[in-house]
Amino acid sequence: MKDISIPINKVDNEDKCSGKAMYVADYKIEGMLYAFTVRSSIAKGEILKIEYPVLPEGYFIVDHRDVPGKNIVKVIYDDMPVFTSGKITYLYEPISLIVGPKKEVLNDLLKQVKISYQEEEPAFDWTDSVVHYHFDKGDGLNAFRGLDRIEYNYETSYQEQAYIETQGFIGYPEEDKVTLVGSIQCPYYVKNAVIQALGAAEDKVRIIQATVGGAFGGKEEFPSLIGCQLAVAISKIKKPIQLIYEREEDMLVTTKRHPSRVNFVGYIKNNRIYGLKAVVGIDGGANIGLSGVVLSRALIACTGAYSIEHLDISGDVFRTNTVPNGAFRGFGAPQMFFAVEMFFEHVAKRLKLDSLKFKLNHLARQNDFTSTMGIFRDPVLMPEMVEKVIKESDYIKKRKDYEDSSFKGIGMSLFFHGCGFTGSGEQNHIKAKVKLKKDQDKVYILIAAVDMGQGVKTSFRKLVAHILDIDIERVIFDNPDTDFVPDSGPTVASRTMMIVGGIVARAAKEVKERFNEETFTVFKQYEQPEYIKYDEASFKGDAYPAYSWGVNVVEVEVDKDTYQVNIKKTWSVYDIGKAIDERIVMGQADGGLAQGLAYGYLEVMNHKRGKIMQKNMTDYIIPTAMDMCPMETYLFENPYAYGPYGAKGVGELSLIGGAPAVAMAIEQAIKKKVFKIPVTPEYIMELINNGEN
Amino acid sequence: MAKIKFKLNGELKEIDTDPSRRLLDVLRDDFNLTGPKEGCGEGECGACAVLMNQEIVNSCSVPLANVLDKEIVTIEGFSKTKRYEVIKDAFAKAGGVQCGFCTPGMIIATESLLNKNLNPTDFEIKIGLSGNLCRCTGYNLIIEAVKIASKTGEGLW
Repeated sequence: MKDISIPINKVDNEDKCSGKAMYVADYKIEGMLYAFTVRSSIAKGEILKIEYPVLPEGYFIVDHRDVPGKNIVKVIYDDMPVFTSGKITYLYEPISLIVGPKKEVLNDLLKQVKISYQEEEPAFDWTDSVVHYHFDKGDGLNAFRGLDRIEYNYETSYQEQAYIETQGFIGYPEEDKVTLVGSIQCPYYVKNAVIQALGAAEDKVRIIQATVGGAFGGKEEFPSLIGCQLAVAISKIKKPIQLIYEREEDMLVTTKRHPSRVNFVGYIKNNRIYGLKAVVGIDGGANIGLSGVVLSRALIACTGAYSIEHLDISGDVFRTNTVPNGAFRGFGAPQMFFAVEMFFEHVAKRLKLDSLKFKLNHLARQNDFTSTMGIFRDPVLMPEMVEKVIKESDYIKKRKDYEDSSFKGIGMSLFFHGCGFTGSGEQNHIKAKVKLKKDQDKVYILIAAVDMGQGVKTSFRKLVAHILDIDIERVIFDNPDTDFVPDSGPTVASRTMMIVGGIVARAAKEVKERFNEETFTVFKQYEQPEYIKYDEASFKGDAYPAYSWGVNVVEVEVDKDTYQVNIKKTWSVYDIGKAIDERIVMGQADGGLAQGLAYGYLEVMNHKRGKIMQKNMTDYIIPTAMDMCPMETYLFENPYAYGPYGAKGVGELSLIGGAPAVAMAIEQAIKKKVFKIPVTPEYIMELINNGEN
Repeated sequence: MAKIKFKLNGELKEIDTDPSRRLLDVLRDDFNLTGPKEGCGEGECGACAVLMNQEIVNSCSVPLANVLDKEIVTIEGFSKTKRYEVIKDAFAKAGGVQCGFCTPGMIIATESLLNKNLNPTDFEIKIGLSGNLCRCTGYNLIIEAVKIASKTGEGLW
């Protein structure tokens, strides 16, 4: 049989190229109304009075009083109202929807809404801790006594997902049932949130995924908020309604990557980091939402790809009166890997050691304990992967040459990504379910996984066709519709192929055994590998069933006059277990690295007193074709026993190493230590004038 | 209101409407051509790209008045051509399609480039695609697709 990794054409190429693929804005329903959002104009306070203009016939206001169920959006931590009932916690917080048939009229009405507030002083500094975690390893603080210490601080700022298709839903009523069609990653997150907001029975809410024009985490939990708002409007007005954001609204109010600050103190013994103390803060914005889970993924990654015997790790989510932050590809890991990779680099420099050798001396090996006293059970191929990247990039020679030249540099990052939900999330919270249905000569994949561009439709059909040894045309996989598919969990956390694919593969094997039967359905549920034991409160045990690993090398030139950074080329090696389709994996590799590099040097987003200053694609610069350089990528096979054909997670891994690698390359080019990203020309100038050598 | 006559995907059309409306809205709402997408609404992302007299334009930034007596080709029209087949196959081969939201615009940009320059250099391809944003691919796979199309499409342009 053919190696499953050999690429095939993606099944949705034809529809996407020809413009036939239906994204949410492409659906039209007779008599559909439009919804615009009324938002706060202050960052903190209480609403005293709202004066709406006189509404023409056929126009409606929908607010918190119309929420029939609980006025809270169900996410992991439930603290976001569907519509505020008066308390304002961030600028542009949603207050109500104005709904009606004509967009121009809605725009006019929106401008005439008068709101008076009792303003309060908003908090923008990081003092209000709403989640605090602490854990240690080995002897913790006690191990640090009497040792030399090296301390550095690192900072990362916002990153915006910048999917090219903005957020949106359309929805319609059918008797007492509400159906939403949306650009979403997690159909069941939306369904469960809407059930709670409407106080409806399970069979009265239906969620259908439209073709998704990019998501990157941005359509993980945010759609639950606007899905609830729209569902409330539909159940009140009983008409089809569209709620789709324009770019400016999307940029100003949707969730972003958490800004972070990391303080590291390394305790040195025999030229090694013997102990590490980390104090981590992330800005959660106005709600907690997913921030606690983001923080825990960051903390667990505190030692990077290395083994450190003694740890004292703590972290806080700070609440501020700013737009709530949330999921973004990497989910806390990009922030931490930037900090820890730079820290190893900087400690090596202080100790006057070669940084690559220093890192390799600390590298985690198979059977080493993780930061949480779990075990890296599978082979760790990093030494061979580093050797490969050195050979392809000529890293050693270039690194040496650029020490003596100015404005050229090369950097290398080493990193991993824990695949699947952190800790016992899969077992305790998600409990993924899948169905395969055989009917005549066709097999239907019934799962809630969303193809948001990463190729789920192709790779899952290919997986099942390969196991059954039948033509891929006989395997059917439609966009998830909660009326037909079981809850296989959200499309997040690099879990889809490894976890859901693993269950689908088990189901497919059963289908194969019964293939002579005409019509039947196989149901399977996630079974956690026995060895996974994790205690969330104490951060002890195996936080992830498996790890994907990566190495990035980035070469740059910095313009000596303008300090513009020009990336010359990148070289990457990844261990993702086994590629289900090599071309799809290469696409994830390139696209993730492009986002990771841009996070490191290009994408600037900040707020001024709670107002996001970049409100469109002109202000918020993402890479264009002109910014890209050649990228070489190599895959190492290292099959994971519970993944289908050995597959592990891919989606997030490729984003994580970009920022530290480009920052280290810039550091070498300008001969000054880099402590924050993005490394903009302004920051480079500041470093050249006042930075540490 | 004004009567605007123009050629759309090979057919002569006349509509009586506000001439300041965006071409993108007219295409999507009046002609149900939803291949051109709205990504940013300000001419920055290229998801709404169409051909106007064979040149690429962002239809979100073109008032309908400017279309008078012009020839507009959207992805729906272009997808009926042999050139499209070559470009589509090249995108498939290179892995240039991920979420697909930018893809119709990218294909229009590719046509516009190859129409003027069948053998573009890497740098010329980058310039040709620089008005179209893609957040999924990192562009190299799309650049590769344009190269493949320029090779396999000989004689068509």
